[in-house]
Amino acid sequence: MEWANAILQGTLLGGLYALFAAGLSLIFGVMRLVNIAHGDLIVMAAYFGLSTTVMLGVHPLVALVLVVPAMAGFGYILQRGVLNHTLGDDILPPLLVTFGLSVIIQNALLEAYSADPQKMNAGALETASIGLGPLAIGVLPLLTFGIAVAVIAGLQWTFYRTALGRAFRAVSDDQDTAQLMGLNKAHVFGLAMALALAVTAIAGVLLGIRTSFDPSIGGGRLIFGFEAVIIGGLGNLWGTLAGGIILGVAQTLGAAVNPGWQLLAGHVAFLIVLAVRPNGLFPRISG
Amino acid sequence: MTGTSVTRTSRAARVAAILGAVVVVILIAAPWWAGRADMRLMGEIFLYLSLACLWNLLAGYAGLVSVGQQAYVGFGGYMLFALTMFAGLPPVAAIAIAGVLGALISVPVAALIFRLRGAYFAIGTWVIAEVFRLAFAQASALGGGSGTSLPTSIVRSLADGRSARESLSYWLALGMGLAVIAAVFLLLRSRRGLALTAIRDNELAAGSLGIDIWRTKFVVYVIVSALTAMVGALIFLQKLRISPDAAFSVNDWTAFVIFIVVIGGIGTIEGPIIGTLIFFALRETLADLGTIYLMVLGFVAIIVMLKAPKGVWGLIRDRFDVQFFPLGYRVLRDPKKGP
Repeated sequence: MEWANAILQGTLLGGLYALFAAGLSLIFGVMRLVNIAHGDLIVMAAYFGLSTTVMLGVHPLVALVLVVPAMAGFGYILQRGVLNHTLGDDILPPLLVTFGLSVIIQNALLEAYSADPQKMNAGALETASIGLGPLAIGVLPLLTFGIAVAVIAGLQWTFYRTALGRAFRAVSDDQDTAQLMGLNKAHVFGLAMALALAVTAIAGVLLGIRTSFDPSIGGGRLIFGFEAVIIGGLGNLWGTLAGGIILGVAQTLGAAVNPGWQLLAGHVAFLIVLAVRPNGLFPRISG
Repeated sequence: MTGTSVTRTSRAARVAAILGAVVVVILIAAPWWAGRADMRLMGEIFLYLSLACLWNLLAGYAGLVSVGQQAYVGFGGYMLFALTMFAGLPPVAAIAIAGVLGALISVPVAALIFRLRGAYFAIGTWVIAEVFRLAFAQASALGGGSGTSLPTSIVRSLADGRSARESLSYWLALGMGLAVIAAVFLLLRSRRGLALTAIRDNELAAGSLGIDIWRTKFVVYVIVSALTAMVGALIFLQKLRISPDAAFSVNDWTAFVIFIVVIGGIGTIEGPIIGTLIFFALRETLADLGTIYLMVLGFVAIIVMLKAPKGVWGLIRDRFDVQFFPLGYRVLRDPKKGP
């Protein structure tokens, strides 16, 4: 029963990891950009949520109404102001610029909020649970998982059923031809980053409700998201959800054996997938 | 027809070599003219210089952009502690063996993460560093998560007396810095270096000319890992204390190093040297600002990457057309042979 519980909790945790990963997966799919600052942007969204709840006295989930558009706007400006200038055949500029960005965000948060761990207060939601036979399912993890499924379904729908998604796929396939067909790729990339950071905002707020956070944890969140993307296979959003679940289950199983092995077990699961199926379990595009 | 001849060297390179030799002699003599604090600072500079040159070889020449070099810094540091404390080796021998072990462990690591392309390779290296950190945090004999100090008996075994120890530690750091620069220079002048430069300039073209790209990159990765582990051992021989968070710090051993190389000029030997000098000049003047200083460093690196991607040395080279480390070939008009 202890194992069944670990698998269940790990699956729900996987929803959060899929949310970390979805934004990463989206921008890689559209513009082949890997954003090293992604984890720090998640933490920034959590702090944004914290400030909103403290200043307006609202519930963290209500704060999303403000945090999501704020992060999306930030993403659009960031893409058009900085990141668009780094895109090209050379992989160094985007990597190093987002790395620099990561250091800037981390230290700006440190300056503004100090290194003390913070947490958002979501009241009764934090402890509520549903009994399921001998197991108990936390309402918050379940809600997180549900939101993850909804977000991924929404992204999938956007990608394959809307004009915006068509623009995303067009610039992803061939930037120059898309430009000739009347798409402004700088604007399309801006919109992609805005959408990615909107998802990041949701991930950050849910992270901030679930656990305490401080400015230094961004790198770890980036790594979880990245592992979920690679395990699931590049360019496959539902695969990313599966990757997140595999990572979450590996971590909770590791923790069930020895509390010190939680993170290590997740990394080992990732390395095994990399060794056995280097393109991930459900690949759609080649890296 | 004018006669021509091909040469590798130039007057600037010869002048630089002579000046460099003079500077090296002055630096070797530092224990007789420098104070204790200055020597410590210079030792740190040489070790950062080594890390920067090695990362530059990896990212600037082999195109392997790693953000996980702290894996080998920390590994080397821990090997120094383990080999001296449990195997009873003298510290200097332990540093050399840490290099060998670093090379050995980098082979399976490379086999795994070379499956990742480009930017995903970068994050893959970070995962490896995290695995190393978590694994060493589990090693209770080495203090687990809180770390351990080097026993005084081992520190005393280095040399008799405090000033002799500090001099030795300084010379080891200086020797490491010079050895790394020499190794990078000789590697780049060799046949393999030519292949590496070709890969840097155009991977597709290099491959079609028969260069084994995977193998060339693999060799560079192993060499860099070994030397980085030795630098790591030296760093923690100076610090005398190790913990997983300090040993595998991404900020200390990778972020700073990347900034040094980017600001100095990536893909050149001179760049990391200039970058190190700029980095320490900034640090000694702005370090009191704490987090602001790091933000400034991040901004400077982003602006350099966007506006002057070849860094400070790139600007100097474009302006004056000089090269202190003669790697390329030049065609000269030879008046004696000409009509």
